[in-house]
Amino acid sequence: MSSEKHHIVPYYVYVVILGALIVLTFASIGITSIELGSLTVAAALLFAVVKTYLVLIYFMHLKYDKPYIGIMVGAVFLLFVVVIIITFLDYLYR
Amino acid sequence: MQEAQSALQASYLHHQGRFKGLLGWIFSTDHKRIGLLYLYSITTMFVVGLLLGLAMKFELLAPGKTIMEARDYNATFTVHGVIMIFMIVIPGLPAVFGNFLLPLMIGAPDVAFPKINLLSWWFYVAGVFLVLAALIFGPGTPDTGWTFYAPYSFKTGTNMLPAIFGAFVLGFSSILTGLNFIVTIHRMRAPGMKWLKMPMFAWTLYGTAWIQLLATPVVGITLVLVALERIFGIGVFDPALGGDPILYQHLFWIYSHPAVYIMILPAMGAISEVIPTFAQKHIFGYKALIISTMAIAFVGYLVWGHHMFTAGMSGTAQYAFSLLTFLVAIPSAIKVFNWISTMYKGSINLRTPFYWASSFIFVFMIGGFTGLVLGSLATNVHVHDTAFVVAHFHYIVFGGVSFSFFAAIHYWFPKIYGRMYDEHWAKVGWIMFFIGFVSLYTPMFYLGMKGMPRRYYDYLPEYHGANILSTFGSWILAMGFLVIVVNLVRSARKGELAVSNPWNGKTLEWTVPSPPPFENFKEVPVIGEKDGPYNYE
Repeated sequence: MSSEKHHIVPYYVYVVILGALIVLTFASIGITSIELGSLTVAAALLFAVVKTYLVLIYFMHLKYDKPYIGIMVGAVFLLFVVVIIITFLDYLYR
Repeated sequence: MQEAQSALQASYLHHQGRFKGLLGWIFSTDHKRIGLLYLYSITTMFVVGLLLGLAMKFELLAPGKTIMEARDYNATFTVHGVIMIFMIVIPGLPAVFGNFLLPLMIGAPDVAFPKINLLSWWFYVAGVFLVLAALIFGPGTPDTGWTFYAPYSFKTGTNMLPAIFGAFVLGFSSILTGLNFIVTIHRMRAPGMKWLKMPMFAWTLYGTAWIQLLATPVVGITLVLVALERIFGIGVFDPALGGDPILYQHLFWIYSHPAVYIMILPAMGAISEVIPTFAQKHIFGYKALIISTMAIAFVGYLVWGHHMFTAGMSGTAQYAFSLLTFLVAIPSAIKVFNWISTMYKGSINLRTPFYWASSFIFVFMIGGFTGLVLGSLATNVHVHDTAFVVAHFHYIVFGGVSFSFFAAIHYWFPKIYGRMYDEHWAKVGWIMFFIGFVSLYTPMFYLGMKGMPRRYYDYLPEYHGANILSTFGSWILAMGFLVIVVNLVRSARKGELAVSNPWNGKTLEWTVPSPPPFENFKEVPVIGEKDGPYNYE
């Protein structure tokens, strides 16, 4: 199979993403001081999802890969979501 | 004959690498040698698991204590289960035949990451030693069953931590193998080998590899949580601390049900190679087989709850899991119909691999149909936690893996060792194993329907007759296994030299000498538009 081209990412992109990750980490800690009730966990997960997205797209080069790699990663996350939904069919209706 | 002799001398078996002797094997990154390392390790552990199984059946020969106490029986079925599941059936076909054959089948010199491949075998060995350490050292042999169910797994005073850690390390081995296979299939197929020109065994390895990669981490984290629960009492699974033991069952089966498909998909792949070769006919419904393989791999993720119908799950979840379980029967049945249709009007060659493949279909069908009994909510309540479950489980898992494994080892034996096995003794081994298998497990369906619970070392007198038959079956099966192993070991050393393609197979591994040379192909094979893995016309 033919090999794909390597994409060279400038350092400043990494630095910006690193900064964003640090800011989001502090934000995910900061949000716990606000009383959100049952949405506290959802808020923490939201920050985690955004951070994961940034890592996948920039640090793991998903943005520069061929689309099928992104589709494979998306399929994995979709499967994860389906597994969570099915698990909660038990917890929500028990 | 001269050609076969020179092929043997030039093969991977005699290739001189960086190290000599034993080191030349245990530090080899050649996928074929690693495949054989797995073969020898897995066979060794199978003998241990088999002896434990025989001990259990001997205990059940008569009511009351026969050879061991209740506590020893609990430890025996736990260790039997851990060895058989984590060390044999899960790595079984992918690690042995996947490693040996995948690069050969897709026209590659090796897997994508040969060093990681070797590392995965070392992880396997480390996991084996950790589990064995749990048996020999510490306060007592684990007695939870292979499922390590909470809360007992963090309450029992037995030596759980090394066993849990061993299973965790074995998981790493599985993940690395899966990763290697996915990248190998995506990146290293020979020119012209499009996705729809890949042999079925490679396709099933691809489906399996995804399951290995995505499901195994779940059980890894779950086992870590059990260890943390034992050491620190973190309260995830412990109801006394606000935890939920049913959450453990969810997490455990999210891995362990797909693990059944880690075992059965490559088994189906091997059968899909054997049947066209011994029918000398293009495989029936190639695309349907591929779709059903991927459908089993996907739907197999979503059916784990059928192990928990009586555990206290919500009714809604029970309905959902029961429905999804029935869905998985559809692609499985598609495969069976395709195998039978492949044989139809074929030029059947009744050699040993074909016998194993046919009997695979037989035991797989019985295992599959009895699975429907367990997948239905009402009948499940009647037979759950009885010998019926054990019989079903062994028909589908042990039957599925062992019959396909022996089909595969006899089919590819000439390719692996460059020699032929003794056909007469191979057939004797097969018929003994088959009769032993059926006699061992069929009475357990009856016992379960009559209400005999699983995992009990004692039983009521009315169960005696069927238990005697089952124990006799275990002895016949063990003798059959002995005949098979002696025949294969003897043939690997002294068998008649094999030609490169003794069965007239059409997949790429039959185009190289038997045994194959180091790095497989002298020139990279090119697959033409009209070429295909089952091109018998």
